[in-house]
Amino acid sequence: MVTLLTERGGFDVKARKAGEDIWVDAGALAEATGWDLKPEGFCRDEICVPLPRGRESEFRQGAEINAAKLWRHAGQPVVVSRDGNAWSLGTSASLRGSKLESLQAPDVALPDLDGRVHRISDHLGKKIFLSTWASW
Amino acid sequence: MWQQLYDELKGHGFMVFAVAMDSRGPEIARPWIEAAKSTYVSVIDTEHRLADLYNMVNVPEAVWIDETGKIVRPTEVAGSGDYFRKMDRQTKALPDDAKIMREEMRSLYMNALRDWVKDGTKSTYAFDAKAARAHVRPPSEDVALAHCWFRLGRHLYAAGNLDEAESAFREASRLHPDSWNIWRQMGDIKHQGQPNPEFWARVETLGDRRYYGKIDMPGMP
Repeated sequence: MVTLLTERGGFDVKARKAGEDIWVDAGALAEATGWDLKPEGFCRDEICVPLPRGRESEFRQGAEINAAKLWRHAGQPVVVSRDGNAWSLGTSASLRGSKLESLQAPDVALPDLDGRVHRISDHLGKKIFLSTWASW
Repeated sequence: MWQQLYDELKGHGFMVFAVAMDSRGPEIARPWIEAAKSTYVSVIDTEHRLADLYNMVNVPEAVWIDETGKIVRPTEVAGSGDYFRKMDRQTKALPDDAKIMREEMRSLYMNALRDWVKDGTKSTYAFDAKAARAHVRPPSEDVALAHCWFRLGRHLYAAGNLDEAESAFREASRLHPDSWNIWRQMGDIKHQGQPNPEFWARVETLGDRRYYGKIDMPGMP
């Protein structure tokens, strides 16, 4: 088992580690990240990154996906804990930037003090003042 | 801080979505949230996801989002300013001119928010798409990598792996030195809520540069 840390949170998934690579189930990766392998490539929403022709087996073997290699191939940051058990799969600057420039507000799901999850999108139809603070 | 404004404006189709960036967990934010007796949405973001998604570097920062989910004011400082740098560092008291500045900025910002909630697209404070896009700060590759390290650091911290967490936070802060969120959160963890003895020295290194970015509104200092 490893923990995938993504913009959606932490996900414990079965994994096969191989050096800089981490093989995980395609469905589990899609749940943790929104990214999925499709005939046209590695895709999330309307964005697809094609796999290098003839090298597909480096990225996919049966139901398993080489998540870290795919991440790097898509130009996205990936860092890993020293024990290899926690993998942080970041989002590239270009995807972040183009999302922000689309002006469509990125959604987020966060818990209140009682653990109840709230999404920004729960409040569409209203004007939303999204504001941060901290105790520190 | 926003409760009064929310009470005043909630009948106009308005919601405050307040996010506490506290990696030490909800219990750290609880006393403030309970004291505020807020009736708007108040959530805790231990992973600083919002900073990653919206390229935020400080608190308080805010984004104005219209009824359709479009950003009409991208990430900016939510009515605060550098007047705090005049604070007496022992007593934490603000001199009178700084207090006046605080009130001016806060009321300008609140009035702008009122204007938008009541007038919508007719408000001079709601940017049209072109102006909104011009105010977006896209992150750099280093910033994207910094958030990736921060997320790992937060996970290691929550798992009790403090040494490795600290080195991940340090790497995040090195990659993204403009983020006070990362640096101050790292200090809050290190000092467990006690004041960070290095805070004012780091503020001093700014010199003439701002701690809080300029708010692009008419009359805002």
